[in-house]
Amino acid sequence: MSDTVVHKNIWGGGIRPLFASYGKLMMWFFLMTDALTFSAFLGAYGFQRFVHADAWPIADHVFTHFPFMHGEYPMLFVALMTFILIMSSVTMVLAVHHGHKMNKKGVVLWLGLTIIGGLVFLGSQAWEWSHFIHGTYEGALLGADGSIAHLANGSVDQIMRHGKLITGQNALDFIASATEIQGANLINNEYGHPLFADFFFFITGFHGLHVFSGVVLLIIIFINVLRGTYEKRGHYEMVEKVGLYWHFVDLVWVFVFTFFYLV
Amino acid sequence: MSENSSTRHIWIVFWILLILTTVEVLLGIYKPSFMLVNYILGVTFLNMTFIILTIIKAYYIVGAFMHLSHEVKLLKMFIVLPMLVLIPYLLFILLVEASFHGAIG
Repeated sequence: MSDTVVHKNIWGGGIRPLFASYGKLMMWFFLMTDALTFSAFLGAYGFQRFVHADAWPIADHVFTHFPFMHGEYPMLFVALMTFILIMSSVTMVLAVHHGHKMNKKGVVLWLGLTIIGGLVFLGSQAWEWSHFIHGTYEGALLGADGSIAHLANGSVDQIMRHGKLITGQNALDFIASATEIQGANLINNEYGHPLFADFFFFITGFHGLHVFSGVVLLIIIFINVLRGTYEKRGHYEMVEKVGLYWHFVDLVWVFVFTFFYLV
Repeated sequence: MSENSSTRHIWIVFWILLILTTVEVLLGIYKPSFMLVNYILGVTFLNMTFIILTIIKAYYIVGAFMHLSHEVKLLKMFIVLPMLVLIPYLLFILLVEASFHGAIG
């Protein structure tokens, strides 16, 4: 068959016009739609944040803990989580790379490290959630109007609400009508507007679910690699397809990191 | 690409991602004041820097790690164009509506 004939019949069937297998193509299309889902979530987050700008907590003041260290270290833990996920993305590429070379030992090594990276990330996320849910030692005051305030300057008649100091009778009235809350859940959030907590649980939870299913897929193909399934099949394309999914999880985290913790 | 150069390329991309993330984290911790007072398109210079660095990181993850820059042109278009059209459209609608709430702009 000459080149011109191939070109004319490129969509005529029998060949792969995009030079990618059916499975890989469908994985790409799935990821593209999933990216649209996540961008809708983050867009909704931005919308609500603009609407409730005055009561929105600053992430630097919320996520300040680091394991085994006392004091305040904003950003440090989430930076570590980002590093773990980027690192596991690199080990995944190396696993795919060794798959191309049909090097089973290399695939086993790098795929195993990727699974460990994913599990460490999930553990870190559980730690972050648990700190957010339990909250600070002092807690906060939830006013009758739904606003959040903290006692200021160590006194009992001064409060800080939405960045403004309130003193005297106004403060006493607020304290009298307020209830004490601690930590964050879907109804109350001691750090600020409850929607911040809702979006945090929903978006990082949905991302965490992706990481979890990614780890499950990785474990399944890891077992298949060990049993020599892909060796017999003659190619390691399944590693490549799950790899695409794994990089996507990393990609989403890059955006979650920016819009939840930095901006 | 030979075996060695493609492994080298993977590690170069890793270092790019690591350096960009480090820059983001340092900017997030220290928040230079000149970046907070200047605005571009209604966003502070600092936040605009974060968004641009994130998009550069996304380009490297999708292009190098997911290997999209080595696929045929049509496949690249199939994946990138819907996102390039729909995501800015969605953000435009949401943020313009938020401005009608009197919250922005």
